[in-house]
Amino acid sequence: MMKASALVGKRPESMRFHAPLVPTIDQIMVEERANAFTKRSLKTSAKLAGLKMAVSMCDLTTLEGKDTPGKVAYLCRKAVQPIEAKYGVPPCAAVCVYPNLVKPARVFLGPNSPVKIAAVATGFPSGQYPLRTKLEEVRRTVADGADEIDMVIDRGAFLAGEHARMFDEIAATKQACGAAHLKVILETGELVTYDNVRLASDIAMRAGGDFIKTSTGKVSPAATLPVTLVMLEAIRDHFFATGVRIGMKPAGGIRTAKQALAYLVMVKETLGDDWLTPDLFRIGASSLVTDLLMQIVKCSEANYQAADYFSLP
Amino acid sequence: MKAKTQDAKISPKGSVVPAMAPPVIPLKDRHLNFGGKWEYAPSPEDARAYPIAPRHELFINGKFVAPASGTYFPSINPATEEQLTEIAEANAADVDAAVRAARRAYDRVWGKMPARERGKYLYRIARIIQEKARELAVLETIDGGKPIKESRDVDLPLVAAHFFYYAGWADKLKYAFPGKTPRPLGVAGQIIPWNFPLLMAAWKLAPALACGNTVVLKPAETTSLTALRLAQIFQEAGLPEGVVNLVTGAGATGAAIVNHPDINKIAFTGSTEVGKLIARAVAGSRKHLTLELGGKAANIIFEDAPLDQAVEGVIAGIYFNQGHVCCAGSRLLVQEGVYARVVKKLRDRIQTLRVGNPLDKNTDIGAINSAGQLAKIRELVQSGLDEGATLQQTQCALPARGFWYPPSFLTGVTHAHRVAQEEIFGPVLSVMTFRTPEEALERANNTPYGLSAGIWTDKGSKIFKMAAKLNAGVIWANCYNKFDPASPFGGYKESGFGREGGLPGLAAYCRLD
Repeated sequence: MMKASALVGKRPESMRFHAPLVPTIDQIMVEERANAFTKRSLKTSAKLAGLKMAVSMCDLTTLEGKDTPGKVAYLCRKAVQPIEAKYGVPPCAAVCVYPNLVKPARVFLGPNSPVKIAAVATGFPSGQYPLRTKLEEVRRTVADGADEIDMVIDRGAFLAGEHARMFDEIAATKQACGAAHLKVILETGELVTYDNVRLASDIAMRAGGDFIKTSTGKVSPAATLPVTLVMLEAIRDHFFATGVRIGMKPAGGIRTAKQALAYLVMVKETLGDDWLTPDLFRIGASSLVTDLLMQIVKCSEANYQAADYFSLP
Repeated sequence: MKAKTQDAKISPKGSVVPAMAPPVIPLKDRHLNFGGKWEYAPSPEDARAYPIAPRHELFINGKFVAPASGTYFPSINPATEEQLTEIAEANAADVDAAVRAARRAYDRVWGKMPARERGKYLYRIARIIQEKARELAVLETIDGGKPIKESRDVDLPLVAAHFFYYAGWADKLKYAFPGKTPRPLGVAGQIIPWNFPLLMAAWKLAPALACGNTVVLKPAETTSLTALRLAQIFQEAGLPEGVVNLVTGAGATGAAIVNHPDINKIAFTGSTEVGKLIARAVAGSRKHLTLELGGKAANIIFEDAPLDQAVEGVIAGIYFNQGHVCCAGSRLLVQEGVYARVVKKLRDRIQTLRVGNPLDKNTDIGAINSAGQLAKIRELVQSGLDEGATLQQTQCALPARGFWYPPSFLTGVTHAHRVAQEEIFGPVLSVMTFRTPEEALERANNTPYGLSAGIWTDKGSKIFKMAAKLNAGVIWANCYNKFDPASPFGGYKESGFGREGGLPGLAAYCRLD
């Protein structure tokens, strides 16, 4: 018997009919499910392992107008050695800085650092710039030594229904990245609905993003558990469809160890063990690391230390 | 991979390096791996703070009294099979003493008391329940096997909410039914099941007391402990003697209540089989009757549904409380176009359910309530396999002692299969397909039961169209197993009659002249 696909013959892929594959999201149930992950009770060994894993997944971030090479140096040292070696805490996954601070960061970290350099680009945080300048910014930032580019999508284009333009911009940015990893910031706080978050996630993954990321940290609300769940489910469906594992990065608003552990629980129970690695899951944060370290020390020494005992990032 | 390309990247001119292509996992390896990379350590609720007395007596006329029968039966922890305590078995003489105490309290105190005074007692009881919520949750879990997460977050908040809700009605009764004057019925005999021991007691007691009735209540023989603890709370609240009487025991005790001539109202929640016996026994008497019986609810997923959330609803519908839920969504009807996707999602999702020690705060699925129930579940699943269905289960180790059954679902099920017709009352789902909304309706209604149903679609108009034609007392749209004291609950057909909760729940305990 002849297969239907054979009958269709050499008709180009784009001409074949595809029913829309972007599923709808129910707000109430997705929020309820996301909340369920906060009910996991992590004690003793599970807690300590989770806290250390969270540190290893942190993109230690500073994104301020007043950033200087000196401030970035502090950040880099903190990322390489978050606390005294005796606690056995791994380094953070990356530092995340503005393009102008990539060069100083590379100087501090050296060429083969375990800590990656991530740089926001493409007219961060608004993305309201011409594509030409965005791509030039990406190319220069990569040339300066960035391992990872955190781009922002053109939310204006998305909300105006110009999904193809958004797709093309991401694809072009991916080309400009060369060997650098591309994280695509959706700025979910501006997309507002879960349906939008899902659609934007699918576009970003199909256009070549290696990671999808919730927020710039400049818009409230930033990362939330339900938004992250919607994105993780998009990642799962993309994996089944294409075989490619896309990474996830919630960023902004994650300040406490307890919050961070809830995100890890969600990753574990939604995408499984393969995603519990800094290669596929990151948390964008600045103050979180200090709380993680306080909890780690508490697990080891059975009492809390004052904040004075923890180095500033 | 990154290290390899590091040098190229830092080339001074920013020359174009080809974009990095991520590895592609071959089709056969595209599955999620829910292994032990980050294991949750045990996190059990400490039960030692709440010791259980070695013996429990009957609660009659405000006091704990030894049974006239002189006999006691053991009560075990279904998660360990260890004996927790022994419980008095009430015979006909004990039931008679309880009914006489209730009648006396009705005639002399409770029936005559101003409604606002009755409300104060109910508010007080609700507050004490909230204060002792943790203890009651632990006790419920030890006695019945349900996970502490559920007894803590679902059962106990709802128990308190029911008392608060009906406390609020007590002094507003005369406005509840415009043009009518509600009067109490008298003595109510209430028989409750083992799946939600304390919650079912609250559903029955709160409206009965608010309306001015007095009560003889029998908890299920495997789960008497929280009801008996509730009796202590009544004492603490100063509830007048005899207003609530508790008689513990099995079927014979229940029969003594049903057949007692001085009872005005019987309220029963339990199996359809026993419900039919009670209906026969009560027929011809002047007793009022409400029955809340079994179910075989259809959970219907349309192609346009939010599938991931629908799967969560399926999980909540069938695995909540080990599937020991009369309104459990035990038949899943999936539109053919999304059948494969839904089954795949379901298969992945049940691998993350954690089965084990009910006192562990991370346990999702606790112990089956009794050896008898476990045998019934096994027998029905075996019948499904014999009739050609395919079984999918959570791959997990079950504890060596106690009664356990892993979350399961059966595919390849037709209406002719027993698993599609009979109530399994366990964590077992039967999955079937349909093509059109009309077919979904026909299949959903093709059952002698009619307690509940679920509809999953993104289209509001479809929800209303379906809901109007489904023969079910409770219909959830894009959610499942949601309860609120203000919302009436009850069934059609062989799922019973009468409503509990809300205004209809109040009407079930009043004479409306």
